[in-house]
Amino acid sequence: MAVDAHLHREEHLPLLDGLHEQYSVHLDKFDGPMDLLLHLIKKNELDICDISIAVITRQYLDFIKAMKDLNLEVAGDFLVMAATLLQIKSRQLLPSADQEDPEIDETDPREELVRRLQEYQQYKDAGMLIGARALLGREVFVRTASEPVLAAAQNSEGPLEVSLFELVDAFRVLLLRIPVESFHDVAPGDSLSIADCINDILSQLQERDTVQFDDLVKDELTRERVIVTFLALLELCRLKLIRIFQGSEHGSIWFIPAVAADPSEVLNAD
Amino acid sequence: MQINSELAAIIESLIFTADSALTTDRICDLLTEFERGEVKSALSELLEFHQARGGGFELVEVAGGWQFRSRTPFHSYITRHIKTRAAKFSQSALETLAIIAYRQPITRAEVEHLRGVDCGGVLKTLLEKRLVRILGKKDIPGRPLIYGTSKEFLEVFGLKDLKSLPTLREIQALDEQPRFERQEELQLEPDTVIPVESDLPFG
Repeated sequence: MAVDAHLHREEHLPLLDGLHEQYSVHLDKFDGPMDLLLHLIKKNELDICDISIAVITRQYLDFIKAMKDLNLEVAGDFLVMAATLLQIKSRQLLPSADQEDPEIDETDPREELVRRLQEYQQYKDAGMLIGARALLGREVFVRTASEPVLAAAQNSEGPLEVSLFELVDAFRVLLLRIPVESFHDVAPGDSLSIADCINDILSQLQERDTVQFDDLVKDELTRERVIVTFLALLELCRLKLIRIFQGSEHGSIWFIPAVAADPSEVLNAD
Repeated sequence: MQINSELAAIIESLIFTADSALTTDRICDLLTEFERGEVKSALSELLEFHQARGGGFELVEVAGGWQFRSRTPFHSYITRHIKTRAAKFSQSALETLAIIAYRQPITRAEVEHLRGVDCGGVLKTLLEKRLVRILGKKDIPGRPLIYGTSKEFLEVFGLKDLKSLPTLREIQALDEQPRFERQEELQLEPDTVIPVESDLPFG
């Protein structure tokens, strides 16, 4: 949603400049409500520790109104901040509940917001500093080995370990390959169980040392089979019975037994 | 100026032929016939040599290892023959990266609280670019994923380690001020195994 709004904002930039010239707001630069607040504070030359909530809130709400006028989708995050601003203002207006004991309610209602703004400002600055660094592959280059040399070197180094993210991604890709079944089975005759599947995998691993994910499901490429196999593999990982490897980047995912597997233990654990 | 010790030349050859940044530990492992101290002093000699040389490339320590990298002023010439797909990072990506880099391990909710805006999309892109990685799960209700920066982050931004990140400016009004100092004490080296990680089957 935020990305869409961002794109729209850029499209409507000239239009908005015409409408709200008095603010000369560059909408495309804002990256969330905190960013907008910081901009408004800077524009009004306010001290970040002593913000005039009334001024800021008015301009902030004008900004949201401008976004609505342009039929832009106002992200919920902007509305949350608007509500926060209004709440702070109303707390400032209300007389303190503990007038007799002023020590209890000494806190400025703006304090929390100021702290968050300052913290955000720090990370924004830090982000800009990091972004100003020379980027590898853009401003800085390394001497690269040619593709075949690199591939050979990687193979000789042995399998790379895969991350959870890659495993899930492989699973997603596999699911995409399987056509969605259009018929409905009222009474599934032979439902797959994860325990059976675990035993299957373990017996395959006893025959061969390594098994590929594709091999495990190639006989029966259905969604149900793939999902059950995937769950079985995750369970096996949890029990530390197998290890997962990837031969190369974007290559097939392989499984090898982590220790001497004892299938009976798996069944008990299941 | 020239390289005086043979060891420095040997190390230079190792770094030159390596595919990726070569750590000091790795160099010591490869050169068993030399003492660690000798290797280190040869490395500093090599570093001085390349700093004084002022050629088209330099020796830099990046992500805990040594690597030859081209000097930045020449990038416009290099891109004439090397096609690059690397794009500049958006402000939101940089902010999110900065928050994760300084505050890791951190959950998505914490990042979003700091930025005041939804970070799901940015975080996904950063994960895909491998700049950010999942460190594990936080032991609080809901067990949210916790994120940290990766080795690739250090490589892409040419950082030696997380400590060489530009320091955040001290702001006195911050009531919880030692927040950033505390980060220093945490072992935030990218290779350090964070205990939560052992909960995940994929180490």
